[in-house]
Amino acid sequence: MRMQKLLLPLLLLILITALAACAAPAADTSQSASDAAQPADSSAASSAGEATMKSYEDMVVGYAQIGAESEWRTANTASIKEEAGNLGVELKFSDAQQKQENQIKAIRSFIAQQVDVIGVSPVVETGWETVFQEAKDAGIPLILVDRRADVPEDLYATYLGSDFVEEGRKAGNAMIEILGGEGKIVELVGTVGSAPANDRATGFREAIADTPGMEIIASQSGDFTRAKGKEVMEAFLKTYGDEINALYAHNDDMAIGAIQAIEEYGLKPGEDIKIVSVDAVRGAFEAMIEGKLNCTVECNPLLGPQFFDLALKVVNGEEVPKWVPSEESIFFPDEAEALLPTRKY
Amino acid sequence: MTSLSRGWERIRNAGLFWPLAALALVMLFNLIFTPNFFRLEIKNGHLFGSLIDILNRGAPLMLMAIGMTLVIATAGVDLSVGAVAAICAATATVLVGNVTGATNMPLWEVIPITLGVALLCGLWNGLLVSRARIEPMVATLVLMVAGRGIAQLITGGQIITVYYERFFYFGAGYLLGLPFTLFIVAGVMLFAWLMTRRTAIGLFIESVGTNASASFYSGINEKNVKLLAYVFCAFCAGIAGIIISSNVKSADANNVGLYMELDAILSVVIGGTLMSGGRFSLAGSVVGALLIQSVTTTIYAFGVPPEVVLVVKAVVVLFVVLLYSQPVKVALDKLSRRRGVRA
Repeated sequence: MRMQKLLLPLLLLILITALAACAAPAADTSQSASDAAQPADSSAASSAGEATMKSYEDMVVGYAQIGAESEWRTANTASIKEEAGNLGVELKFSDAQQKQENQIKAIRSFIAQQVDVIGVSPVVETGWETVFQEAKDAGIPLILVDRRADVPEDLYATYLGSDFVEEGRKAGNAMIEILGGEGKIVELVGTVGSAPANDRATGFREAIADTPGMEIIASQSGDFTRAKGKEVMEAFLKTYGDEINALYAHNDDMAIGAIQAIEEYGLKPGEDIKIVSVDAVRGAFEAMIEGKLNCTVECNPLLGPQFFDLALKVVNGEEVPKWVPSEESIFFPDEAEALLPTRKY
Repeated sequence: MTSLSRGWERIRNAGLFWPLAALALVMLFNLIFTPNFFRLEIKNGHLFGSLIDILNRGAPLMLMAIGMTLVIATAGVDLSVGAVAAICAATATVLVGNVTGATNMPLWEVIPITLGVALLCGLWNGLLVSRARIEPMVATLVLMVAGRGIAQLITGGQIITVYYERFFYFGAGYLLGLPFTLFIVAGVMLFAWLMTRRTAIGLFIESVGTNASASFYSGINEKNVKLLAYVFCAFCAGIAGIIISSNVKSADANNVGLYMELDAILSVVIGGTLMSGGRFSLAGSVVGALLIQSVTTTIYAFGVPPEVVLVVKAVVVLFVVLLYSQPVKVALDKLSRRRGVRA
């Protein structure tokens, strides 16, 4: 019994230290944020007098990032930070750890610090009206990056992000070219209901609609993951076997999983079954070099340069469109080897 | 005639009948509607076909179900198995490292270290439940949530890809023409069976699950019995994690074993073990896991639209679980008895 009495406090102690360890980094960031607040106030005060055009050097940007949930996001963050350093922009960066309340807090603190412009990737689509209105009232323009928010258009300056439908169209056109306009395609869909999955499916179908030889014979969700992509592709191969001419995967990870399944089935990915996917991550380039992937459509996370270009325009009152599609290209195996070293994600 | 209907009643109430019947139904469906489902051929020197896929892909779930059975038999539940699998997948891949064609650490070190991590996770769960007396659902919830974070920390938030041929053997290798994963499952199953049916441990687990304080007063160390169940469960989850990462040659801390704890619990329930603890059936749980995997593979092979996959799964599960409910059983008994009388 005595053991038991001792053990409970001990366990509690372990738990508390563990919790404290978890909480520590968060506390750090909040402190550094408040540290950073003071210089921001002074710079805002000094620039308030002159109503002239701003340049990169005297612009203060607040950026409310979602978190670091994927390689894509990590690359996105790195690009924003790197470009800020290159241009000499004063960047206040906040990581919301996938929580909307953290993002709202970050935006409010940016308003309090009177930054010139706020960039935000809304973690969810809804619930932003109040805080966006606060920013508008404070005269600080907002730029939505990568994800949209479900708010009236006058609450934000512009949206910078991918056109998932266009990505689907590009993939479809590439597929027509690779197959010569005829073939049976299986599709690995992303997470059901997510915007990229819906739009990439729509775009692809639009692109192949006018080519009667192109037929999607099966379509199933692989949840954007390698394991599911492999499992679903295995099942496709068992059911349709050699009928399958091509695979369209909504992201590279599913394609990489499917490549393994195709190899285990005894066919050659990239030759017997042509593969087109979306994202253009490093793994896709490695696969293209090995000749196992035929094409990948870029979904560009390196939005830093475009973001700051837009930010400056918005701050200086220039007209910008409500939606600026991010610059994206499409890659084929012949250039993969040369490009791989330059890929950052 | 009455003896025949009574015989039917006995079969119906036998432990493995319903899970096997449900599995047979799924197979029957495939026999009729899915072309090539039962085709087995030899490719690259090993057996090949949808049935082999079910066994191979179902291996991680079968392992988790075996471990989960013992935990549920002690009237507990382990929600952290998916997260433990993620931690172990992350540990194994990080230790192997993403060096082309090589490993940072020999496999005979990687595997014991990874399984050691799994045992630690189990120890944590077991101590919280048996010593700190926290409700199992709450105690294991801690690691379910924190575990994915730990796995993220281990991988640094990246998907770790490995390129070491020998590591792939665990999840994608073949022995004697059969997937190697099957031998792992068979080994773990044999171990669990020997442990629970050839020693007193099985009886202890059942007695602790039925009435923990009565077991305590009859001299059973119920704390250590519970601890053992959680440690064994985490161990199984750890092996599952290695298999998953080895099969896809990478570890994605966000997705390895995601929601698998729910499938594992479902397998155990389908297998006929009561959530309230007590008597358990290891074989039933394995059949339950096979049933779930068969439904998944069938859905992929049959071409159900992705939007309704979960609904189809839910309907199948609902159907199977309904067969277990007492009122339905009573109704079935009545029905067959009446038929017996008429005949």
